[in-house]
Amino acid sequence: MKWSSWLIRFFLERMQRLLWLVPLAMVGLFTLIRIAPVDPVQAYVGARVALVGPEQRQAIATAWGLNDPIPEQFLRWLGHLLRGDLGDSMLFNASVSEVIMARWPASLSLIGAAFMLAFVVGTSLGLIAAAYKGRWPDRIIRAFAITLAVSPGFWLALLFIALFAVSLGWLPACCSAPPGLTLGEVTWGERLRHLILPAATVSIVGIAPLIMHTRARAGGFLEGAAARHLKAHGARDLPLLLGPGLRHALGPALTVHLAGAGELIGGSVLAESIFSWPGLGEATVRAAKGGDAPLLMGVALATLAMVFIGNLLADLAAHLLDPRLRNRPLGEARRRRWGLSHESGSANMTGGQP
Amino acid sequence: MLKVNKLTVRFRQHDGSRLVPIEDVSFTLGRGELVGLVGGSGAGKSLIAEALIGTLPRNAEVSGAVSLNGSAPQKGAIALAPQGRDALDPLAPSGRQVARFARLARVSCDVPQLFADLGLPPSTVKLWPHELSGGMAKRVLVATALATGADYLIADEPTVGLDGASADRIMALLADLAVSGRAVLVISHDLVRLARVACRMVILEEGRQVEVADAAAFAEDRLVHPFSRALWQAQTWEHFASEEEAC
Amino acid sequence: MTDLAQDVALAEEPSFPSEPVRRSRLSVRRRAMLSGAVALTLVLGVLIVAAFIPADTLRVNPATRMLAPSLEHLFGTDLLGRDMLLRTTLALGQSVGIGLFAAVVSTALSVMLGLVASVNRVADRIVGVATELFLGLPHFVLLMLVAYAAGGGVRGVILAVGLTHWPRLARVLRHEAQRVMASDYVAVSRGLGRSPLWVARRHLLPHLIPQIVAGFVLIFPHAILHEAGLSFLGLGVPPHLPSIGVILSESLRALGSGLWWLAFFPGLGLLLVALSFEVFGESLRRATDPDEGVA
Repeated sequence: MKWSSWLIRFFLERMQRLLWLVPLAMVGLFTLIRIAPVDPVQAYVGARVALVGPEQRQAIATAWGLNDPIPEQFLRWLGHLLRGDLGDSMLFNASVSEVIMARWPASLSLIGAAFMLAFVVGTSLGLIAAAYKGRWPDRIIRAFAITLAVSPGFWLALLFIALFAVSLGWLPACCSAPPGLTLGEVTWGERLRHLILPAATVSIVGIAPLIMHTRARAGGFLEGAAARHLKAHGARDLPLLLGPGLRHALGPALTVHLAGAGELIGGSVLAESIFSWPGLGEATVRAAKGGDAPLLMGVALATLAMVFIGNLLADLAAHLLDPRLRNRPLGEARRRRWGLSHESGSANMTGGQP
Repeated sequence: MLKVNKLTVRFRQHDGSRLVPIEDVSFTLGRGELVGLVGGSGAGKSLIAEALIGTLPRNAEVSGAVSLNGSAPQKGAIALAPQGRDALDPLAPSGRQVARFARLARVSCDVPQLFADLGLPPSTVKLWPHELSGGMAKRVLVATALATGADYLIADEPTVGLDGASADRIMALLADLAVSGRAVLVISHDLVRLARVACRMVILEEGRQVEVADAAAFAEDRLVHPFSRALWQAQTWEHFASEEEAC
Repeated sequence: MTDLAQDVALAEEPSFPSEPVRRSRLSVRRRAMLSGAVALTLVLGVLIVAAFIPADTLRVNPATRMLAPSLEHLFGTDLLGRDMLLRTTLALGQSVGIGLFAAVVSTALSVMLGLVASVNRVADRIVGVATELFLGLPHFVLLMLVAYAAGGGVRGVILAVGLTHWPRLARVLRHEAQRVMASDYVAVSRGLGRSPLWVARRHLLPHLIPQIVAGFVLIFPHAILHEAGLSFLGLGVPPHLPSIGVILSESLRALGSGLWWLAFFPGLGLLLVALSFEVFGESLRRATDPDEGVA
């Protein structure tokens, strides 16, 4: 099968899934936000409560259509959404899309940095553990991974601040830039210094699964028949691991990491609040606390899209990095067993593979 | 000349008792010869290959003498073509894998030429292991062993899982290798095909050597041990064979 | 990967005794019992101490404000002069309570959904869609939304952690149930005329119960960590109630003054409780996993 036709089918299948997943997600989100016992008018009025009388409240509610039947409200919201109108954020006094557009770069740089940091740390430790399987480096790394898996990331962030910001004074404990400066005035080095602690905090969520996954895959390769064959003719563990084994370990690791990128977003909510990082996560917390329903919905939708993209990239990476998956049609890959395909293997070959 | 004298392999078991899957196996293998190692399934044939190239698990104890030209065989002097496709790295193209084995042995190897010698089409170099047919996979496995430049070659079950024609071709290929001056040990339960090409056959019953027979003994019905006869008769009733031989 | 191995395994003769799996000093089963004992002791200890602490011991005391850890106050004291060891213990007791509730609710949901999905194709599709929806958002964002929808506070936290931890276990149970129902011995039992109930009791339950128990224990650490996270952000337990999240959020403001112990010990306590359950759950899972050799 041609590579490009495979890609097209892949995207078609994904689109098809989106087609029923997105409407359901919309209904779910709308329901969650609507059943909240937060009075949107009250949230809007806020501190001006003394200045707004009951008649005015009623007028606002009518203007917003809050007295209409719920399905009608949902359809109206959906209509606005299709026109790209996510509503207005009361807290930020701007449209939700403006808030999201202004804040996503900060979140993306934080999550991106954490993504890379976690990948480097997680896979390296996993490879070391696999190389020393059963011996003390392996035991230590495994214990580290389990501990990390249940460590409250926000607690570690507090310890980071206590150690690196307060005691040692090496790194800033707040914000994405020194106070009083706009982003344009800040040097890249200065930005990087501000990024380190938040990125380390966010990366914690991703490291433990990566360690265990890399270790299992690399270990599986080293114990497998292919590695045994190479070892019988003089190959040693370490070069094997860093040569042919790397592809066995890093491909699945990247897949798992991309598929788990959503959890990094979750971690970024906490990290952004702690470090006052001007990203979407911090806005989410403020929206949830302040009853800013439109912003909360907008951010949730944006997050949904990011998780979807992460999963898409994960599947794409899996197929790109493993030739065995690449040649098989998508649905079939799941359904058909390999055991019957002696013939299809040779058919593939005569069918003019590149 | 590879001499194997009273090779015995024991395993310590969890409860302290011993398992002896290979006992007192003796044979010789010279350059230009193809020797068959035959026995039913589970006779421990593959263990002999592992013992010869030194890859037995750590809890195995080996006794007896193995010598290559008078001294203990050096690592890399004997190369193995394993039986399964899983011995090929699924994430590397065939050509690159074969080159790995040449690199490990520190010899240069013209992979496309080697593939051509083994009757593989030139495009095979770029194929992934899962794209190979059964017969091609066996040839690529043989190529991995040949790429090391070793003169002594062990082929483990080269015909298993192949249709008759492919099996015939791979046996003929191994015979050619012997004719061209290599020493080839073929481990197989395919007695009939082996009898056509082998100089000698070592017959194992449950890991014990029952007979070393020259190839003619089969056709001329000179087999001594009842197990050998039974093995031969069980396989020949469907084959009627007497064709080219390596020696 | 496994498929490829299967393909080859068909052609292979049975392999000879490989190297015995190097056994660690404790067998899997004994390790599960040991870690379970540790986890339960820890939790019971916390609960008992929390229950017997007299209400007035946490009174504000200006004389003992901001003391570093010492023999008298092992965990130090906070800005109001309260002993941090006592506060931590009380808060852990509350964490354990919420974790227990979440584990019970989520396990019940998982069992229901997993079993329903395994018997009926339509139900399977519905549960699959629900799982996909729940996994479409990062867990923590989902928690925030549910807590928000429930109106925040203690109720919000409890509902959030209770209602969002089921997908993983439900998947496991569904898979396991389908595997058992498709097996030959179930087919034989059915052929012999056994009722579906008999089959469920004799074949299905024995397979599922270990998974359910392990899954129950494994929900625990996540639930208490999530509760702490929500409370930390101010979206959960209100500030006047004992909670690790609340304590840690207070400590954030005091970190700049060097009061590291306000954050260090409570978080460590939380970590230890979560860790003990994670280790217990994992070893339970391993002890009941047929793929894992029970040495």
